Amino acid sequence: MFSFFVIPFCLGVVLLLGISVWKYIRWIRGFDKRQQVIIRRNIWSWRFLPAIWEAFREGLLHWRITKHHLLLGYMHRSLAFGWFLLIVVGAVQAILACPGGHPFYVAIFFNFFEPRSERIVHFAQAPFYANLMDALLIYVLSGLCLAAFKRVWSRPLGMRQTTHHNLIDRIAKLSLWCIFPLRLLAEGATAAIYGNGGFLVTGVGALMAAMGLDNEIFEYHLWVLYSLALGTFFTLMPFTRYMHIFTEIFLIYFRQLGLRETVRKDGYTLFELSACSRCGICIDGCPIHDPLGIHDTQGVYMLQNIRNKDVWKQAERIADNCLVCGRCSTECPVQIDLEGIRRQVRAKGKEAIDKSQSYGYLKSVHPFNAMGRIGYFGGCMSHLTPSITESMERIFRAAGQDYWYMDKERTICCGRPLLQQGFVRQAEELRRRNSELIAQSGVTMLVTSCPICYQSFTKEYHLAIPVMHHSEYIAQLLKEGRLQVTPSEQRIAYHDPCELGRGCGIYEAPRTVLQAVGELQHTRQEREQSLCCGINLGDTVISGTQQAQVRDRAYENLVEGQPDTIATACPMCKKALARGGDTPVRDIAELVAEKMK
Amino acid sequence: MNKFGFQISRPRSINMDLSDDGRREQLLEEVPSYRLCIGCGGCTATCSAGQFTNFNIRRSHTALACNQTEGLAAQLDSCMLCGKCMLVCPRGVNLRGLIIRMRQMLGRV
Ligand code: SF4
Ligand code: SF4
Ligand code: SF4
Ligand code: SF4
Repeated sequence: MFSFFVIPFCLGVVLLLGISVWKYIRWIRGFDKRQQVIIRRNIWSWRFLPAIWEAFREGLLHWRITKHHLLLGYMHRSLAFGWFLLIVVGAVQAILACPGGHPFYVAIFFNFFEPRSERIVHFAQAPFYANLMDALLIYVLSGLCLAAFKRVWSRPLGMRQTTHHNLIDRIAKLSLWCIFPLRLLAEGATAAIYGNGGFLVTGVGALMAAMGLDNEIFEYHLWVLYSLALGTFFTLMPFTRYMHIFTEIFLIYFRQLGLRETVRKDGYTLFELSACSRCGICIDGCPIHDPLGIHDTQGVYMLQNIRNKDVWKQAERIADNCLVCGRCSTECPVQIDLEGIRRQVRAKGKEAIDKSQSYGYLKSVHPFNAMGRIGYFGGCMSHLTPSITESMERIFRAAGQDYWYMDKERTICCGRPLLQQGFVRQAEELRRRNSELIAQSGVTMLVTSCPICYQSFTKEYHLAIPVMHHSEYIAQLLKEGRLQVTPSEQRIAYHDPCELGRGCGIYEAPRTVLQAVGELQHTRQEREQSLCCGINLGDTVISGTQQAQVRDRAYENLVEGQPDTIATACPMCKKALARGGDTPVRDIAELVAEKMK
Repeated sequence: MNKFGFQISRPRSINMDLSDDGRREQLLEEVPSYRLCIGCGGCTATCSAGQFTNFNIRRSHTALACNQTEGLAAQLDSCMLCGKCMLVCPRGVNLRGLIIRMRQMLGRV
């Protein structure tokens, strides 16, 4: 059972395996020391079970993409799962048909060898398998048609923009797209001559004969082309986006083991870079893509730039130009830690100026004894919106809560704005000082009005006390009956702040509070899809005018239902939106303080 | 010392020989919105770091634009990048971008 045409395919498989194993070993050795410890500690645990399930669900069924858009999910699934089934069913078919064993390529080129080799026997379910393989081929081809259609018109598949791929990706894609039609034609030609194969290829073979093609001449050439397409695709795979097919499985497993991005680019980052399928789902939602025409910073392009090492310098610039609104990482079906990677690139550019001894002056802030009270941390931005902090103080008093307003006079930044820009050491210094002050004060809980601080305290600090955003805190007071409000008729549209919603997953608490004081409206883009207010501290490149353009989008979305009030839960969003038009913008703390009994 | 909530800058003189427009041009190229600055000092008035030290952000960016870089790098290190200045600026100057680029420029010297 051999024919010369199988050589390109076999060569491709050998190269693919060799290069990927070499790459993966190199990357794993490049893991951070602590990551390696985590791997060693967890490798013999049950965690591979959920990893297998997730790899099946995401790698083959493309569940998250399906949730994003049904038809797009179908397209990805039919290609991935369809091809997978073609290989598996083909292997089963070959095993059943060759009781004496067979070379591995026979499973792939079964229809070619079936009529030619006496070692292949006719088994009872043979026609069933032949038809099943044809049905699967239709499944894959339907996905392929959708993929080709998407290149021309992507809207029906839920995408306004598709990714711009580089040359090698395009060549690999071309070879991938050739594989299945060539298989259909090759099997069709064989079917026309030998009468084997299922309903589809028999039909295609008959059609080819009816069109006057001499199948005897074409058959072998078609098999050669099919094998060449496979060989080309497999050889190119390790150097293109298609490597994501294997890498995603590893990434899912590593994530289950507990690995995360660290401050520096390491082996784990290389896995994430390679796991991006360049699907382009991260492009459409980006608030600076359309309004500002910035087309190089979205997840897919940033990763592409990092992979392309020679434009590292450029990657830094590109990485700086992003609001860190989290929209892309929330939508990414591979759940790549885009923010973590972006921070690494930013940090690389700041290494020389990121000093660890910048804030000696903070020693002048003396600890305060607030034993047993709760601490209130307004945050820098709340100092610019005193109505929020005043409302919070009124709420504390109304609830009979003993509190200590930590940063009433002077405020020490929580450190997140620095961290976002890649100033790792400086941010740590601020965190250290704040942690000391909080620990020494003896407060039992921390409430903050700023979602940036909230995210910082919950994710970067390791405080021994609970931390709450004021929306959660007020919701709790209302629930416990410690605070009573008078409901009103006012229609309220709520703006989800990036840092609170996508950043910390707090969507419900502010809504519960708002329902108590007015009538909450729905907006077209809310919760995970909420639009950035534009002032977000993530971006240090765009100008004030550009920020206003981003804000206008968010504002339009909010006023669509003509609300009486726009509510938000972030001092910065409040400031930004208030400049957007005439509708009054209030923080939920203000709305509650106003309506308190 | 009495705290009045504001500080008065010491009298300073500008040495024209030290002045070099190159710095300013470079800064404007990297942060075009700096062109809009009217020197109002709003940024300094609100500055978080300025509440603890005598760091003066308006003085810092004006000094760099005049190529007076002495002691500037250390001054700028005290900025916490909190962004208050940017929100207060009436002209929409991208101050955080400006501060980072200034620090990078000074770091390169
Ligand atoms: S980053 Fe995620 S969403 Fe964007 S192209 Fe890659 S896999 Fe798709
Ligand atoms: S974080 Fe937001 S602004 Fe940045 S690339 Fe993603 S979607 Fe665009
Ligand atoms: S607030 Fe703006 S305009 Fe005023 S001095 Fe500062 S940067 Fe210049
Ligand atoms: S970002 Fe820096 S200069 Fe601006 S207010 Fe904050 S500490 Fe002051």
